Amino acid sequence: MKQGAPHTVDNEQTSDSPLRGLSVPVSGTADANQAASTVFDIKDLSVFYGDFRAVRDVTLTIRQLEVTAFIGPSGCGKTTVLRCLNRMNDFIESARIEGSVLYHDVDLYDPAVNATEVRRRIGMVFQKPNPFPKSIYDNVAYGPRLLGTRSKSELDGIVEESLRGAALWAEVKDRLKQSGTGLSGGQQQRLCIARAIAVQPEVILMDEPCSALDPIATARIEDLMTEIKQKYTIVIVTHNMQQAARVSDRTAFFTTEINLQGDRRTGRLVEFDETRKIFSMPSDERTEAYVTGRFG
Amino acid sequence: MTATQAPGIKSVNIREALTRKQRNPAGVALHVALVLSMLFALLVLFTLIGQVMVKGIPMLTNRGTGFLTGTIGSEPTKIGLWPGLYGSFFIGLGVIVFAFPVGIAAAIYLEEYSKQGPLARFVRINIRNLAGVPAVIFGVLGLIIFVQWLDPVTKGETVVAAALTLSVLVLPIVIITASEAIRAVPQGLREAGYGVGATKWEVTRDMTLPYAAPGILTGLVLSVARALGEAAPLILVGAITGLLPRTGLTERFTALPILIYNWSGRPGRPGKVDWENAAAGAALLLLLLVFLFNVVAVVLRTRFERRRSGL
Repeated sequence: MKQGAPHTVDNEQTSDSPLRGLSVPVSGTADANQAASTVFDIKDLSVFYGDFRAVRDVTLTIRQLEVTAFIGPSGCGKTTVLRCLNRMNDFIESARIEGSVLYHDVDLYDPAVNATEVRRRIGMVFQKPNPFPKSIYDNVAYGPRLLGTRSKSELDGIVEESLRGAALWAEVKDRLKQSGTGLSGGQQQRLCIARAIAVQPEVILMDEPCSALDPIATARIEDLMTEIKQKYTIVIVTHNMQQAARVSDRTAFFTTEINLQGDRRTGRLVEFDETRKIFSMPSDERTEAYVTGRFG
Repeated sequence: MTATQAPGIKSVNIREALTRKQRNPAGVALHVALVLSMLFALLVLFTLIGQVMVKGIPMLTNRGTGFLTGTIGSEPTKIGLWPGLYGSFFIGLGVIVFAFPVGIAAAIYLEEYSKQGPLARFVRINIRNLAGVPAVIFGVLGLIIFVQWLDPVTKGETVVAAALTLSVLVLPIVIITASEAIRAVPQGLREAGYGVGATKWEVTRDMTLPYAAPGILTGLVLSVARALGEAAPLILVGAITGLLPRTGLTERFTALPILIYNWSGRPGRPGKVDWENAAAGAALLLLLLVFLFNVVAVVLRTRFERRRSGL
């Protein structure tokens, strides 16, 4: 596996620079043989919903062109952390964070950062397939159109390329004008992946992308993940440990802690390491208990 | 394995137990009460429509288009309801022009843009309260604001002032129904839009509003029907019940409900074509207008719904 030299992040120098204007490697052009560089550097991240601390003290780094999996029992905050990576938690009004989420050394929660621009670079695939109630073509073309692509031939090219990228082209090429919501669950999820890659993000966040799918559709999405990680950095939340073991390079194991009154659960990161280490010789006994199926 | 029987079941004859006729007098009584209530409601509705048709149709068939194009006067066999149609048309148009955009915009703000704190809750509760304010109170408001204060714009007791007054009257209905339609839009759809880098406005325009359109439309139809049917506020802002020589945007005005109110109050002449026929004719036309508006809305709604399913 790619084992990059230990990287350092110089906070003082960069934490105040807004995202726009920063040169970020365009997806697909980075040399995959090069030591994987850091995309996200998460430091002491806690997420609150109102007064309630949902996750605390998460510190981990996500490297370029790798698949990073977040695993753990329900309520451990893995989805919450994932949604911090593209500011998707902004839509929950009571949500706020402490700590920092650096994306290429830019603090994503810097007030100067434009969250829309963040989400353009950091795409997302959701737990429940949520194609737009539009045609298959328009589902994929929506993002590029927002970014100003108007030419029909250019859009046609993007749509085909994205659908091919999501391994859906062969199935839908003759019915691009039909509704995206009329596809099967697995196809819908691949359409959502096509939609995400159509705007050429650098990172794709996947929030339990297979939890609503049958095993065959799941296998297709997993194959797709190993394929598109050539071009995209992927962070995936999953309940399915085998899935994490199959597709990811690194795994973060989260668990829940119950407070003294026993009425509130706070998630926390237990261990973050190469996937094979997490599954073969985890250093924390809670991780071991989880991955061997003794708990959770 | 010996079958252990649950306590209470003694009979071995399961068939008999399962097919035994059950008596449930309370259930039957409720059923009957429900059917009677529905029949009563239907009876009232059909009596109303039947009366209006029996009394009103002769007016339309005898007079033909004369009843539509004629003006109001003192002889029931010669009058027409043109001034009423004119007034009601511009009131409906006014509601579409003023209340629709303002109401929908307010709903978008309340649901998508404002902070969902105590203030928003307070505003929402008060909009609901406004929807329950009696129409005649809005008439007083219209008289003061649109007839007196805004006289330079509305030219006093005109159809413009009337349209503005009724727009304000139906505004809460538009806001409430549009808010509910917007709130029913799945969050996943919005997030899907944000996920590809759409801005708030782009998500509202491309995802939220198209999805909410059928629900918003229902509210719009309700509000226009309400505005077309109101008489009380119009009396306060100066609707004419007597003679109306000219129709115009800056002239005095009247509307269909006012004609109905006025004509049905006049003394009858048994056995002849009479004021009550004129009133019924006007009522029939008002019902027809509202019905046509509903048809248009259903067509639009079906189209929006088809688009919502992605075609």
